[in-house]
Amino acid sequence: MNMLTKSLAGISLGAALTLAAGSAAASGGGGCGTFTNAEGVEEHLACSTAPVDFTNKGSLQNGAKIFMNYCVGCHTAQYVRHSRIAQDLEIPPELVQKYLMVTTDQIGDHITAGIDPDVQANWFGAPPPDLSLETRLRGDDWVYTYLLSFYEDPSRPWGANNLVLPNAAMPHVLHNMQEELSKEEFESEVGDLVNFMAWMGEPVRHDRKVIGGFVILFLLVLLIPVYLLNKEFWKDVK
Amino acid sequence: MSIGKKMMHWVDARFPATETYEYHMSKYYAPKNFNFWYFFGVLSMVVLVNQLVTGIWLTMMYNPSAEGAFASVEYIMRDVKGGWLIRYMHSTGASAFFVVVYLHMFRALLYGSYQKPRELIWLIGMGIYLCLMAEGFFGYLLPWGNMSFWGAQVILNLPAAIPVIGDGLAEWVRGDYLISGITLNRFFALHVVAIPLVLVGLVFMHMVALHHVGSNNPDGIDIKKLKDKNGVPLDGVAFHPYYTVHDMIGIVVFFICFFAVVFFFPEGGGFFLEPPNFEGANALKTPAHIAPVWYYTPFYAILRAVPNKLGGVIAMGGAIAVLFLIPWLDRSPVRSIRYKGILSKIALTIFAISFLVLGYLGATPASPTATIMARIFTVLYFLFFLLMPIYTAIEKCKQPPDRVTGGH
Repeated sequence: MNMLTKSLAGISLGAALTLAAGSAAASGGGGCGTFTNAEGVEEHLACSTAPVDFTNKGSLQNGAKIFMNYCVGCHTAQYVRHSRIAQDLEIPPELVQKYLMVTTDQIGDHITAGIDPDVQANWFGAPPPDLSLETRLRGDDWVYTYLLSFYEDPSRPWGANNLVLPNAAMPHVLHNMQEELSKEEFESEVGDLVNFMAWMGEPVRHDRKVIGGFVILFLLVLLIPVYLLNKEFWKDVK
Repeated sequence: MSIGKKMMHWVDARFPATETYEYHMSKYYAPKNFNFWYFFGVLSMVVLVNQLVTGIWLTMMYNPSAEGAFASVEYIMRDVKGGWLIRYMHSTGASAFFVVVYLHMFRALLYGSYQKPRELIWLIGMGIYLCLMAEGFFGYLLPWGNMSFWGAQVILNLPAAIPVIGDGLAEWVRGDYLISGITLNRFFALHVVAIPLVLVGLVFMHMVALHHVGSNNPDGIDIKKLKDKNGVPLDGVAFHPYYTVHDMIGIVVFFICFFAVVFFFPEGGGFFLEPPNFEGANALKTPAHIAPVWYYTPFYAILRAVPNKLGGVIAMGGAIAVLFLIPWLDRSPVRSIRYKGILSKIALTIFAISFLVLGYLGATPASPTATIMARIFTVLYFLFFLLMPIYTAIEKCKQPPDRVTGGH
């Protein structure tokens, strides 16, 4: 018995450390870069927390709409199929076909860019990155903060610069949207976009946690007969 | 005779089925005082099976080519039903393997499980550990992520440190002037065929050697000295059923931790799946900070601690090689740390701390302070081994009891 208690204590310590490491990383750790403020002092930019919630289908649907309207002109999401968007975001396939498939006509196709990235590489020097896994590469909060951190800079070719990624090659694509909306409305729209991008990064992210809950619950229940079986066998061992 | 018994009789006349089962399970007498540390042997076996089974399934869907590898992993993650689970079980399993194996090895250090007559068990175990390191390294390149690519680049450049033949050797190992699809394909062959074959063979030998001499225990005493009239050790219990039901608790508790990671933190805070690996291999884009996966970082820290590249490679190799010598470095008359003197206890504590600190340092970017720390702890790491013949011989040990203590 004493031994079992010790084992459980040891293992729960291990689990706690793992969880701590996991949550430390989840909270974004790295920050969102440094910039020099008006007084010439270097400041660290903290990441804003992206409102990622896969159960909010309205947000994901709006995010998909923004993504198709503003991003796929240049960017691909070559691992994401339109049919999966219809399925996971609960959008009827006809509507996906009619309103969201701007770069292809087969619903099973992956998301391609309006302009071939190879052609863009010739024009701009580097192809715009594929966005399927951008949130897993950079972090949800980084992408969210990045999209909210464009500012006017006449010295840049496109007239805009970014606090998170100084001298970003990307123009401020959401400029018109930012002009038309209030600060809160704009943040909400960008939040929906990042929510959708997080879904693209790992579509099962929400489902795996739900399934995981049942798996852990099953194992906890299984532990009871396993524990009693062991106790029964060992009761005679002096 | 029942039909079942008849069939068993028929088989036994042709194949030692019952005999083998009894020798390894129902009549293998293990000390009754195994504690927490003794779970990690069976857990290593569980993780090995997990890696083999999930690995076979991944192989069915994976495309071993520079053009298709990265996309095929995303295909597994998205289009293959349950593919994400298999992949996360395999990637988490890799880290879990090293967690349980490091704890299993530490158990051996604690209770002197490498001492006579178990030197060969230790040596075979070290062979398994080398295979695991190789397996982890080869497997890490296969997803063809950017960190996979650059990590392999760094390690496959190590042979270049050897004078004269170095550059040619590095090129021969890579099969190309830089890491390419050629390298990926040979890594695939080694990862899924060659190393697993050796690994399974060594694990089998590890068990055969163990069951030949019998298990050690936390007291480090020989339970075969005192037997009852049937020849059963007084302090022994049959492995089956006693330890099978016992190990099941450990396995279920382990699964709870393992699946908590698989389902809730598959990236392991960036230590099990690193962010730069969510971008395909790119020979023109070096990640800001190249570090190996956490289970190699202690040795990577030793490599970096030495200012000379060849010296670093030798120190790193030496840090692993010296582990093979432990059975002959330990001159103590007792096995278990419970009865060893204070010097052994201090030395083992310093060693454990050094290993952890080096692991931390190997995962962080180099800085002047970190380099000095790495040098200090590298020296401490080696002193544990090099001074072992002295401190184990001069310290005053306690007399171990005749019968095992603790446990049930």
